[in-house]
Amino acid sequence: MGACRLCLVEVAGIPKLLPACTTKVREGMEVQTNSERLRKYRRMTLELLFAERNHVCAVCVANGHCELQTLAYSQGMDHVRYDYRFPKWEVDDTHPLFGMDHNRCILCSRCVRVCWHIEGAGTKNVSGRGAKARIISDLNQPWGTSDTCTKCGKCVMSCPTGALFNKGSTVGEMERDRGKLEFIVTAREKKQWIAE
Amino acid sequence: MAQRIVIDPVTRIEGHAKISIFIDDAGNVSDAEFHVVEFRGFEKFCEGRPFSEMPGITPRICGICPVSHLLTAAKAGDAIMAVNIPPAADKLRRLMNLGQMIQSHALSFFHLSAPDFLLGWDTPQAKRNVFGLIASNADLARAGIRLRQFGQEVIQILGGQKIHPAWAVPGGVRSALTEEGRDRIRAWLPEAYATTKIAFDLFKKVLETHKKEVEIFGNFPSLFMGLVDADGGWEHHGGKLRFTDSSGSIIADQLDPQKYYEYIGESVQASSYLKSPYYSPLGFPDGMYRVGPLARLNVAEQMGTPKADAELKKFKKLTRGRNAVTSSFHYHYARLIEILTSIERVEAYLDDPDMLSEDLRADAGINSLRGVGVSEAPRGTLFHDYTVDRDGLLKKVNLIVATGQNNLAMNQTVAQIARHYVRGDKIPEPMLNRVEHGIRCYDPCLSCSTHAVGQMPLHVQLIGPGGTVLHEVARG
Ligand code: SF4
Ligand code: SF4
Ligand code: FES
Repeated sequence: MGACRLCLVEVAGIPKLLPACTTKVREGMEVQTNSERLRKYRRMTLELLFAERNHVCAVCVANGHCELQTLAYSQGMDHVRYDYRFPKWEVDDTHPLFGMDHNRCILCSRCVRVCWHIEGAGTKNVSGRGAKARIISDLNQPWGTSDTCTKCGKCVMSCPTGALFNKGSTVGEMERDRGKLEFIVTAREKKQWIAE
Repeated sequence: MAQRIVIDPVTRIEGHAKISIFIDDAGNVSDAEFHVVEFRGFEKFCEGRPFSEMPGITPRICGICPVSHLLTAAKAGDAIMAVNIPPAADKLRRLMNLGQMIQSHALSFFHLSAPDFLLGWDTPQAKRNVFGLIASNADLARAGIRLRQFGQEVIQILGGQKIHPAWAVPGGVRSALTEEGRDRIRAWLPEAYATTKIAFDLFKKVLETHKKEVEIFGNFPSLFMGLVDADGGWEHHGGKLRFTDSSGSIIADQLDPQKYYEYIGESVQASSYLKSPYYSPLGFPDGMYRVGPLARLNVAEQMGTPKADAELKKFKKLTRGRNAVTSSFHYHYARLIEILTSIERVEAYLDDPDMLSEDLRADAGINSLRGVGVSEAPRGTLFHDYTVDRDGLLKKVNLIVATGQNNLAMNQTVAQIARHYVRGDKIPEPMLNRVEHGIRCYDPCLSCSTHAVGQMPLHVQLIGPGGTVLHEVARG
């Protein structure tokens, strides 16, 4: 994707910073993953992510188990220098098992990718652009009315923040088990499920 | 190096407040108003959120009684799911509430009120605080601090180290007591009992030297409200509501707390941002009632534990016949009896095998679009009333907190004290300290009890017949 810019790295000989996730590795490449310059940019990117939507970690279902929060801690982000935008986003709690809080979504699109490429249901999509971009279900309808959602929960397992959650969760209760996703992908790639 | 710790008396009340004392043509105090002007806008803020998040959100309302909001929010959630929670979960929640009673009452008695009792009203502000208490009676101060610590430890052992544990959830609780935790609690018990005994002995002496305070610190007729069990005994988390009057008669009994709106009205007064609830069959303001320790002991026929029952008998003898104890100065006394019963109940729970149970959480969807949770917080009955849509997103939130329910009583208390001290058009210094203590009898936590925007430091105004400010004293 290369969209979030959190994985920026320095590559010797190239003046600009490159996103690691979209840069091909070459023989002899010299990569710097942690410099003062990189930390500075990462912190800035993180602050922008926090300012963009409504993150109230103290009351969030993912508190303590959130990748965004963990990253912010690890980068020493102790405040946000930009004005919060305080957008008005809703919670979609129409699904019988899961909920989606757009306030906490960072648009990483993991849920979309897992839904299309691992589950193959194609329920989740991104609609809109820029500040209006958001995750939708099917043809932009309440998740609970989706015909394609198989209720597999893979999107919930993949979400790095508190945006997707098991319905009924309270503060700090969303601990994800990404291992299950890895297990499925590995099993598929190595054809572990196909009898010899 | 010299250290300077500034403690303004006002900072010992959580939040900010303003007091107006009204003088009539004859120069007498006619009325007083205790305005609360701090707002955190929680009711609106919660709209649109899933109800299951409320036990995480509402403890943020008040740093002083997060546990009460946590448990009441979880209870309201039970009602929305329309489930009976597992018996073990109910007992564990009760255990936490008892821990909260102990820690909150110990704070109120030892840290906040004891300096006034022991050091005297006219000791300068700078000394009349817990540091002054440490200087004059270190053992007592230390015992009080440790009693509070005991209550906090009960809470922490159950809910984890966090200050705002989202441990109770709609349908039950997230974890049980461990054997290790149980043993840690047990180890505290002898000391907790001993400290409580010291407090009782101390307070009985205070009563002998504070006869005047008993007379004028909020001594007036009113209704009292609190939860009681099926036998009319003391209850703190469950049971039904009872109203009694100052003659000790039961006005209404075994009222379903879920339907509080059928018998409690809420009047909004322009002068204060607090809602003033009243018992609606009697109208406003006749239906004014008090909540909290004093009210709970007035409505309860027994405490349900032997040591506390013996104390309750003495407490009830403070008045003749079956009459209620009407002086708010006795909130202090009532707090001690509640600490005692809480310790006894904690002790009894330690031997209950349910405390280690694994059946802790009932699961269900949205089965009722409105759910009310009611629980006795240390300061008084707390109501959380949630209305949700079919998906469980909150459409309306109404919170009724203890300080709101006691607001009218606090006004009367201030007026009564002022009447004894105000002569002419000046606010005399001795009155300020007493008014402050009169309010502290209710142990108000002001930040959670207001409903509009604004902030002001505390100040007392003496207001003449034409509305002119005769004298003004600001503190803080
Ligand atoms: S999603 Fe993560 S960063 Fe956002 S509020 Fe929740 S815990 Fe905080
Ligand atoms: S995985 Fe979570 S954070 Fe990422 S786009 Fe989906 S909902 Fe948003
Ligand atoms: S840009 Fe590479 S992970 Fe986001």
